[in-house]
Amino acid sequence: MTQTTITTGGTPLPAPPPGTPVRVPATGAQSLVRALEALGVDTVFGIPGGAVLPLYDPLFDSRQIRHILVRHEQGAGHAAEGYAYATGKVGVCIATSGPGATNLVTAIADAHMDSVPIVAITGQVPSGAIGSDAFQEADIRGITMPITKHSYLVTDPSEIARTVAEAFHLAATGRPGPVLVDVAKDALQAATEFRWPQQLDLPGYRLAPTPHKKKVREAAELLLSSRRPVLYVGGGVLKARASAELAQLVALTGAPVVTTLMARGAYPDSAPEHLGMPGMHGSMAAVAALQKADLVVSLGARFDDRVTGRLDSFAPYAKIVHADIDPAEISKNRKADVPIVGDCKEVIAGLVAVLEEERAVGRTPDLEAWWATIDGWRTTYPLGYDDPADGSIAPQYAIRRLGELVGPDALYVAGVGQHQMWAAQFISYEQPGSWINSGGLGTMGFAVPAAMGAKVGRPDKTVWAIDGDGCFQMTNQELATCALEGIPVKIAVINNGNLGMVRQWQTLFYGERYSNTNLQAARRIPDFVKLADAYGCVGLRCEDASDVDATIEKAMSINDVPVVVDFVVHEDAMVWPMVTAGTSNDDIQVARGIAPVWDEVD
Amino acid sequence: MAKHTLSVLVENKPGVLARIAGLFARRGFNIESLAVGPTEHPTISRMTVVVDVEDLVLEQMTKQLNKLINVLKIVELRPDQSLQRELLLVKVRADAATRRQVLDVVEVFRVRVVDVAPDAVTIEATGGAGKLEALLRALEPYGVRELVQSGLVGLARGSRSLTDRSLTAVADRSA
Repeated sequence: MTQTTITTGGTPLPAPPPGTPVRVPATGAQSLVRALEALGVDTVFGIPGGAVLPLYDPLFDSRQIRHILVRHEQGAGHAAEGYAYATGKVGVCIATSGPGATNLVTAIADAHMDSVPIVAITGQVPSGAIGSDAFQEADIRGITMPITKHSYLVTDPSEIARTVAEAFHLAATGRPGPVLVDVAKDALQAATEFRWPQQLDLPGYRLAPTPHKKKVREAAELLLSSRRPVLYVGGGVLKARASAELAQLVALTGAPVVTTLMARGAYPDSAPEHLGMPGMHGSMAAVAALQKADLVVSLGARFDDRVTGRLDSFAPYAKIVHADIDPAEISKNRKADVPIVGDCKEVIAGLVAVLEEERAVGRTPDLEAWWATIDGWRTTYPLGYDDPADGSIAPQYAIRRLGELVGPDALYVAGVGQHQMWAAQFISYEQPGSWINSGGLGTMGFAVPAAMGAKVGRPDKTVWAIDGDGCFQMTNQELATCALEGIPVKIAVINNGNLGMVRQWQTLFYGERYSNTNLQAARRIPDFVKLADAYGCVGLRCEDASDVDATIEKAMSINDVPVVVDFVVHEDAMVWPMVTAGTSNDDIQVARGIAPVWDEVD
Repeated sequence: MAKHTLSVLVENKPGVLARIAGLFARRGFNIESLAVGPTEHPTISRMTVVVDVEDLVLEQMTKQLNKLINVLKIVELRPDQSLQRELLLVKVRADAATRRQVLDVVEVFRVRVVDVAPDAVTIEATGGAGKLEALLRALEPYGVRELVQSGLVGLARGSRSLTDRSLTAVADRSA
């Protein structure tokens, strides 16, 4: 059987630090900790419990690994994701068997949908008890099969180190994703031998091939000959760290760029070629450009339903170039005319190389007419919102000012809902990695723990969570972790007293019947300022538009403890533009009941 | 829609069948027949999966299967270039009055009797789906008491082995 070595392609595993022992007697648990150390792990998030206790004992002694004790395992999972987003390294979370492990499930599913490299380590009941409905037993490997890149159950202590090495390799390389390692308690306790480095035994795991030269050339030719191209940039460009190559590609083609929710920051928002975000709440220019394009070059994106609207009417005039590291994404939803399997960095560099050759012989695309059309859309339909006449705060205003005052160097982490869409729309992302959110799964409660993980990974960065009051109440217990562990994140709660996005759909599609979306903000239960105080954080409240700047500045001046800002905003604000779910992008509405007038494109 | 037979080489590890069955279930792919067994290699198992799908769905199915870490290789077995067999055990009513006629059917189909009771015989038959269907039709008038059928297994014709890389891997057709 062939063996895959650690050094193959993708993101190579870090070499074990000098002095890492090659062969030493160890318990299974010690060997797990040593393996994490050898893999360069500096931070793990978790909560101990019965089955995983043997692991926590040697972890207590590790000088390299900081264990952050969270308040709920879901927080550990999202923190590992936030850490992975912010550092590009594999995030690690640890939980005990049964409920500890099942509490990780949401975060694992989130990481699976958004291709986030995390490794979840769970304790399992002793191997002899597996299958007997033992206390705190859950078949977490089985439960997570559909939501992990791979999952392991280890009952042989001698296999722990290799399994952990494989898990990290799988999580980080190719299309990244979550990997679960479930270890039986007796395997953690048993005496074994720690060996390093490990030979990985992954005969069925193939890394992405080098992009097919002929296909890359075909795509470049299409970029040269098309008159209405759009570069449809997805999260894969960020995962591949290909922003520099993307900038070159845009410079060479002058083609318009749209960045999906998962790719915000992959290309600077301030650049003139950037049309914004496509999709259900995308900018008019981005949505229109895709609908009228004659060529869509998809780079690390997956034609998600939130981007395409009704699939059969998406980009109806366009030829499709689809580059992705995961062959299964290509032609899954929309048939690709030019499929390219490969890492986005290599694909884009390949395109750049061909286009440079062509430029040298005088071939460049002519997009003047296309840009005139696009600029027309941009001028006619800019992103906007109405400020309430009574001086209360438009949520969009609070978020826009936050972005303007805090600036592009910070990391912005969002929950899911209206505030997330506004944060995607009204903050200008200039740097790759500056935007972190839950895209595919749409996990409310993501923001606080993910911001915590991001701040731990990048203590040099200011980390702002932009959260909704609904989301915030799902995971705000991690404020305690932040306060005690010295993780000074800042949380802007966009408090409209409702499950805002759900309420918006009730307004639009359910005759304004607000079934169970009102969180009764007027009664201030809980009072977020008092809550912040109770958790050892600073709580600020802002209820008047004229106080927004001063409040943000106050929050910016506090850097030793976490800060929670309660922005009390109007409940009726809605996210626009909007493509109603299941309808065509052609039917996008600029605002309620207002459809754009499309100019005819030849 | 058309029938396709896929040979899937997988690592012989716990949970692999669950992974494959789960993948088919959650992606909405329907399995017509599935057979799993050991191979000449102790660490490799072989699954033969028969599906009835459009070409595009088949492509997506094989790509998704290929993403499973424990899947080593997937090959489509074309009917004209492979041997495909199912095993049937069928218990048919046969008393003194009808036994001779049942045995005539057995002879015509060149299958065999593996158990005899005063009022029944059990017949073992292997073959393609067509032959087994015809056999069952011929036996039906006498009364089929019970039958069990295996999933289809298949092997490419010729001297090559699946591990030779010489057959077209299905996933390579698209990319």
